[in-house]
Amino acid sequence: MDKLIEHLEEVTIRFAGDSGDGMQLVGTQFSDTSGFAGNEVATFPDYPSEIRAPEGTLYGVSAFQIHFGTRNINTTGDFVDVLIAMNAASLKVNLANVREQGIIIVNTEGFDERNLKLAGYSVNPLNDDALSKYHVFPIDMMRELKKAFIELDVPSKSIQRTRNMFALGITYWLFNRPLEATVSWINKKFKGKEDVILANVHALEAGWNFAEKNPDFRKQYILDKASLPPGKYRSITGNQAVALGLVVAATKAHLPLFLGSYPITPATDILHAISGYKKYGVKHLQAEDEIAGITSAIGAAFGGSLAVTTTSGPGLSLKTEAIGLAIMTELPLVIVDVMRAGPSTGLPTKTEQSDLMQAMYGRHGEAPMPVLAAASASDCFNMTLEASRIALKYMTPVMLLTDGYIGQASEPWRIPEISSLPDIAPHFAPDPTTFKPYARNPETLSRLWAIPGMQGMEHRIGGLEKEDGSGVVSHDAMNHQKMVELRQKKVDGIANDIPELEVIGEQEGDLLLLSWGSTYGAAKTAVDRLHANGHKVSFAHLRYLNPFPKNLGDILHRFERVVIPELNLGQLKNLIQAKYLKPVIGINKVQGKPFKSVELEEKLNVLLTLENLKKWDAAKSKLPVDL
Amino acid sequence: MKTIIDDMMEKPHTGEAQYTSKDFKPDVDVRWCAGCGAISVLSPTQRLMPDLGIPKEKIVFISGIGCSGRFPYYMDTYGFHGIHGRALPIASGLKIARPDLSVWVVTGDGDNMSIGGNHFIHACRRNVDMNVLMFNNEVYSLTKGQYSPTSHRGQITKSSPLGALDDPFNPVALALGASATFVARGHDKDRAQLQQLLHKAYQHKGFSFVEIYTNCRIFNDGAFDLYTNAETREEHTVWLEHGKPLVFGKKKEKGIILDGFTPKIIDLTETGKSINDVLVHNEKDSTLAFILANMTYSEDLPRPMGTLQNLDRSSYEQRVTDQIKNEIDTKGEGNLESLLLGGSYWEI
Repeated sequence: MDKLIEHLEEVTIRFAGDSGDGMQLVGTQFSDTSGFAGNEVATFPDYPSEIRAPEGTLYGVSAFQIHFGTRNINTTGDFVDVLIAMNAASLKVNLANVREQGIIIVNTEGFDERNLKLAGYSVNPLNDDALSKYHVFPIDMMRELKKAFIELDVPSKSIQRTRNMFALGITYWLFNRPLEATVSWINKKFKGKEDVILANVHALEAGWNFAEKNPDFRKQYILDKASLPPGKYRSITGNQAVALGLVVAATKAHLPLFLGSYPITPATDILHAISGYKKYGVKHLQAEDEIAGITSAIGAAFGGSLAVTTTSGPGLSLKTEAIGLAIMTELPLVIVDVMRAGPSTGLPTKTEQSDLMQAMYGRHGEAPMPVLAAASASDCFNMTLEASRIALKYMTPVMLLTDGYIGQASEPWRIPEISSLPDIAPHFAPDPTTFKPYARNPETLSRLWAIPGMQGMEHRIGGLEKEDGSGVVSHDAMNHQKMVELRQKKVDGIANDIPELEVIGEQEGDLLLLSWGSTYGAAKTAVDRLHANGHKVSFAHLRYLNPFPKNLGDILHRFERVVIPELNLGQLKNLIQAKYLKPVIGINKVQGKPFKSVELEEKLNVLLTLENLKKWDAAKSKLPVDL
Repeated sequence: MKTIIDDMMEKPHTGEAQYTSKDFKPDVDVRWCAGCGAISVLSPTQRLMPDLGIPKEKIVFISGIGCSGRFPYYMDTYGFHGIHGRALPIASGLKIARPDLSVWVVTGDGDNMSIGGNHFIHACRRNVDMNVLMFNNEVYSLTKGQYSPTSHRGQITKSSPLGALDDPFNPVALALGASATFVARGHDKDRAQLQQLLHKAYQHKGFSFVEIYTNCRIFNDGAFDLYTNAETREEHTVWLEHGKPLVFGKKKEKGIILDGFTPKIIDLTETGKSINDVLVHNEKDSTLAFILANMTYSEDLPRPMGTLQNLDRSSYEQRVTDQIKNEIDTKGEGNLESLLLGGSYWEI
């Protein structure tokens, strides 16, 4: 029977199963293959904080979502078009997010009595009309695999482990994808284990063949290539991008790289990556705790390294005193905070943007520090370079905020030419005869760096207040006032050294959507859709949070209403209202999940209706209510 | 990939690196109390520096918080006054990044045993090459007189007016338990002896821990008199030196023997007892080191001073350097372009 072909612009597919079912692995493969095929891709792994939760449980479900298509793939997808559910629990957990008329491919083995009970189904959803709104493909994958393996001498247990490849093969058929990339990956991954390679490749092909021959699979979907700028691309997560950014920044600054870090979800991948970069001369210390992570980095910075510490919220709390030390000693240091849902242990594997206030103010004393935020997984690379540049140029710790979402999500990244990236210049003290530890560059207000080994510049620094210039310990009242103001002025002055904020759409008018950090993708998509529907909404995205771009105040006051969506209860909103005396409408979500673009679109639509506009105008003298 | 720092590390010292102790005295007032034990550590340290034969720009003193924390300000070398308890990780980061430097840590019983306790045990096992001088005065002095982790049970302080209820750490036993390679104890009343001990700590490549009894005249005066004053110390301490018998007393008339694993005193003037019966110190024997360390709070035995243990083990920063070298030797120096390309990439 001839198969039908349908062209689509974008699709969201979600692989879901038990923690041990290999969903992350096949999800990554699907993502890479889509990238190879020239699509735009955005992915998000969604896994439980338990390593191997008991099989079949709702809390043990591990999923990997891929949003891919021809254009505007800014998020990991609001709703799922194709769900692969390896057992009852994974269906139950993910069904609510599947689009009506969406495709659900289920492994019926995972719907036996035990699995149904664990998932809390009293009736098998495959047998009643619970799934009538969807196109369901029930497949006994193990039975089909056994058929496919009948002529091969592969033990049943090994066959069982390839069910994920079988499922992947079906999805490759569905989207008419070539198998080569995954086959070559399997060969590389399991090099030397011929039986494992054979089983996995055979299962992948079996999945494809199963769909090809099965009359129930009538339609294949084609997604055209995206029109991306030419170049070399790879798939990258935010955490990988930070790690690469650090190595490149150190190279560009001609400095050694030192990472002091303590394992913490969801930041640990950066430590993993850096620890594998030994042949690049990178040094790292997996410290005994978060405090040793940052203080060892401060020691390395004193010795002339590009020093870094990486963490997430609870770790950042522990590092705060040491950050104050780096501010006081005016040493370059990059602090990467991959934010997660708090407070306390909170939701360790889930995302949030709720460390902004801590990044800005979470220290005793007047302790200003530059704060940057990456907008997407690949933007983590650029912002890591920026954080390193600012740290070295201004002799200051710099906080780079990413979060669990972009830290672990991946997207295609156009790999830059190393030579095209600008050099970063550290500023070492040139001359022992005029050297003073706290003498400043009049333009940047940065002190010069003199590191042990530089003859004739022996000096002492530390957490005690220093006399301006000489750096001698000083308790003088007016000197303290001067030094506090100098440190503030130094950070404020960085506003002259960062890009101005760009507004997309009308440059003035009624409504400005202002996003920061990982909300970029959802905000951009929502605005694009509103534009397509003829609405006037302007859009700006902040990557620099301290100092703010110097035109931010002007921009804010050119708009009647400013809306800030953020994954917290209004932290940027409060900063902006306090600094610019501009009322802001907040859209706030704290569910451990990123915004869906449709959520933002709906809320903005509310604001755009005339009635609500009037209501808001009436209440204009007061602060507007959040959406 | 050669860095600016590599160039700097290789740059030779201009002129001769020959010094006197004066070269290590910066032009600042020493602000410790008159008669403070710390002063008695400062001068032998300054006198030791010229003997090391290294340019002073290669020497770094790092401290935490407490009276000991001021020490780097009084050494005309590079110095870093850190935050409370964190001198060791600061020093570890520096030494790992810069193996060419001579790194010294000055800390106290509060800084190192209490708030910095976790860093201490990990620094011991990690064996980064540095010399740690822990000023033990059995009291918090800079905060004006509270009991510390080395204060004895019943000690009256401002925060224990009815007597401290804690039992103290025995710092050298803690260091041994945490696998420190060099463990020693000295005091502030014999500067020449202390200078020798510090020199030995310097010569040991790896983590060297020296507990130094330092008298606090203000908040715990005389705490160590029995073990440090010239009149009593011969009777109440035994000096540990590799290959030498453990004898003590004014006329060296007493010795330590081992009865099983238990140290006991013998009187060498008794008939039938001789120096040949006495335990001979072996600083390479870590079982012995534990036994000797545990004499510390014994009421009957002399307090062990000198070098308890001195083991040879590769230093952490050496292992870091070797691992990098080995990786480059076997796989070649990293190529940044291929790093960015990653495992798989595609072209558009």
